[in-house]
Amino acid sequence: MLLVLVVLVVVVYVVSAPLRRGRVEAVEASESAERAGLEAAKEAKYGEIRDAELDHRMGKLSDEDWRAQDRALRAEAIEILHRLDDLGPE
Amino acid sequence: MLSLGSGCLWLALGVALYGIGASLYGAGRGGRAWVDSGRRAVYATAGVVLVAFGVLEAAFLRSDFALSVVAGHSSTTTPTFYRATAVWSSQEGSLLLWVTLLGLWSSLMLFLTRRRAREVAPYAAAVLLGFAAFFLSLLVFLENPFDRAQTVVAEGAGLNPLLRHPSMMIHPPMLYSGYTLFAVPFAFAVGALITRRLDAEWIRLTRPFTLAAWLFLGIGVLLGARWSYTELGWGGYWAWDPVENASLMPWLIGTAFLHSVMIQEKRGMLKLWNVSLVLATGVLAILGTFLVRSGILNSIHAFGASTLGVPFLILICGLIAGSVWLVLSRASELRSENRLDSLLSREAVFLLNNLVLVGLCFVIFWGTFFPLISEAVTGSEASVGPPWFNRYIVPLSLVLVLLSGLGPVIAWRRATAANLRRNVARPAAVGVATAVVLVVAGVTGSVGALLMFSLTAFVIATVGQELWRGVRARRAMSSDSLPRALVSLVGRNRRRYGGYTVHVGVAVLFAGVAASSAFQHARDVELQVGQSAKVGGYDVTYLRPTGNLEAASNGRLEKIDLGAVMRIKRDGELVGDLRTKRSFFPSADPTLGPVSRFFEGEATSEVGLRAGLRRDVWSAISPNVRDLRKQVAEGDRVFEGAKALPAEQRELALAEALSGLTRSYAANPPPATFRLIVSPLVSWIWIGALIVFAGGLIALWPPLRRAPRPVAARYAARVARELNRA
Repeated sequence: MLLVLVVLVVVVYVVSAPLRRGRVEAVEASESAERAGLEAAKEAKYGEIRDAELDHRMGKLSDEDWRAQDRALRAEAIEILHRLDDLGPE
Repeated sequence: MLSLGSGCLWLALGVALYGIGASLYGAGRGGRAWVDSGRRAVYATAGVVLVAFGVLEAAFLRSDFALSVVAGHSSTTTPTFYRATAVWSSQEGSLLLWVTLLGLWSSLMLFLTRRRAREVAPYAAAVLLGFAAFFLSLLVFLENPFDRAQTVVAEGAGLNPLLRHPSMMIHPPMLYSGYTLFAVPFAFAVGALITRRLDAEWIRLTRPFTLAAWLFLGIGVLLGARWSYTELGWGGYWAWDPVENASLMPWLIGTAFLHSVMIQEKRGMLKLWNVSLVLATGVLAILGTFLVRSGILNSIHAFGASTLGVPFLILICGLIAGSVWLVLSRASELRSENRLDSLLSREAVFLLNNLVLVGLCFVIFWGTFFPLISEAVTGSEASVGPPWFNRYIVPLSLVLVLLSGLGPVIAWRRATAANLRRNVARPAAVGVATAVVLVVAGVTGSVGALLMFSLTAFVIATVGQELWRGVRARRAMSSDSLPRALVSLVGRNRRRYGGYTVHVGVAVLFAGVAASSAFQHARDVELQVGQSAKVGGYDVTYLRPTGNLEAASNGRLEKIDLGAVMRIKRDGELVGDLRTKRSFFPSADPTLGPVSRFFEGEATSEVGLRAGLRRDVWSAISPNVRDLRKQVAEGDRVFEGAKALPAEQRELALAEALSGLTRSYAANPPPATFRLIVSPLVSWIWIGALIVFAGGLIALWPPLRRAPRPVAARYAARVARELNRA
């Protein structure tokens, strides 16, 4: 029974720590979520550009198709970077 | 210590409930302190459950029969490895294992995302804690592993003999790791739906967990198949059994999700489809646990009673209703951002692949639940067997393998017919050539199998071609050596080439299944010692019988083995000897006589197997124990009259009598029935599975470094620079 009490005390200490410290982070949650979404979109776009390049080098995309795709994808990536920078520093 | 275990379960339940409340309150009111406290409640729940699991594990290792679960599933004579793993052979222990694994994966995920997904994570934590609270409630109120035995016995019943197989003891943790890992993307999908944050963020965060779930569940399914092949004595690896099917369904839908989610990440398409798939995977994972633990459907793998049926059904209905409501109410946010550019694109192939995988799952679901459906509609239970499954599964599998070959050679967004022709021509030629060679070699018995071999060759050729072209492209850029270029290519595109490796493994696995199903030779024969039978071009001779009484180190009589040594010859040439036996474990029924109880309890088969890359020769014996009945009855009568003897002397006398019985069997063996099977390419099923898992590991392996964030640069240059870094 004593051991259960010890575990209980440890659990209460661990779980209540944020409430005891009253620590509330200043970061605005919605802005953080938007940044995370844009970062994910940026990584996905980079992945698309790399895939298109690899597909082109391996003969799956013609020069013409690849150039058009690459141009469009890079423009989309730049748009995402603009939106990320508009959010300001992290 | 036992009160510590029980107390920990109560405490974990309390902490989980608190965590749900704290997470939801924090998310609703925006209080980070409450959200953090809720996340810490996940860690605490995991820690406390781990302590409870440790206490139960220690009780099994110590053979503490004060716990009824230990007395019922272990014994002092059970080997240490099986004693340690016997924990999850019980209903209570397996539920505790489920919640322990869930706690560990949930903690890991929430720790990794503690500074990310700030809106979604609290709801995900609440969902994960909801699962934990459900399982903890079952443990506390219905199946408490720390319940004390009414009378403490001197010796336990021992582990179910069928489970005394290494792969069967690793199989449940693998399966449960898969199920519990699938709870992570499920929870984050629910969080994303609630908060309407339906971009690719939650997918990116949960991707390693989805892949790990898929990998673990796949390993679990394979170990189950291997156990079935080598332990159950019927000669097959897949019987379309409800519990086997239950583990395959979430794996299939998880596979569909892993493909279609790439389209969402790249193109912002299929959001509704993806979220539906991941929710379905989560529900199917719970359904899988339910089928194993509830005993609602007859299965050789179901080790649970039906006491848990109602709570599980309520949970599953709640999950389905909640998922449907969330998806429908967020339908407008789940609209695709783009449209399919062309039917000649990888996206289109992935869509087809998704339809096939979902079709496979639907067929399996229908076949699995048909007994329940038929009973509900007609009042009588009817079931469907392997021929019914094969009628639908075989054509769908052929299409799936074809698509797994087409996918890698077709470009994203839009491919031209000319490019596709150029990329498909050589692999298609390899596939056709394979078919021609096989037909010329006389492999003509099954069109389905022939098609599968041809498609397997096509897939291997496409992936080989992809690797070759990729390495060539890499070398053109870097002038690396061939091996270095290959490593570099795969390292920079782990997901792509890990996926291709999986495709090769799946094709090889299907080729093994096709060959061993279509060209299997099986015979059930009754043989006297010295007699032979012919099967699949082999002469199998019953060389000699074997008999053995196995006792534990403390003298406890464990089992009687009756078996045979079989000599295998091909065209007069000796191939080797096979040893097969049937082990008879004593029944715990006290009304049976001391000798007859050995023939009325569990019996397991030890298969005689000569495995090879070309074919397996497999044998299992069913000894004729009818002829021993007279001696068994005589033995019971003698020991009935010897009740006055001290227990130790009685046990020694029984050991002597049973040894005499086995010696008598070996000296004058009656004819025995043998199941003899010659199956081609079975080993390629296991090799294919290993290739699949290797591919999964390549895809799962984390990148070595992340690109640092640039401070300032012109945007076009920045894109180029960041692309070059990764």
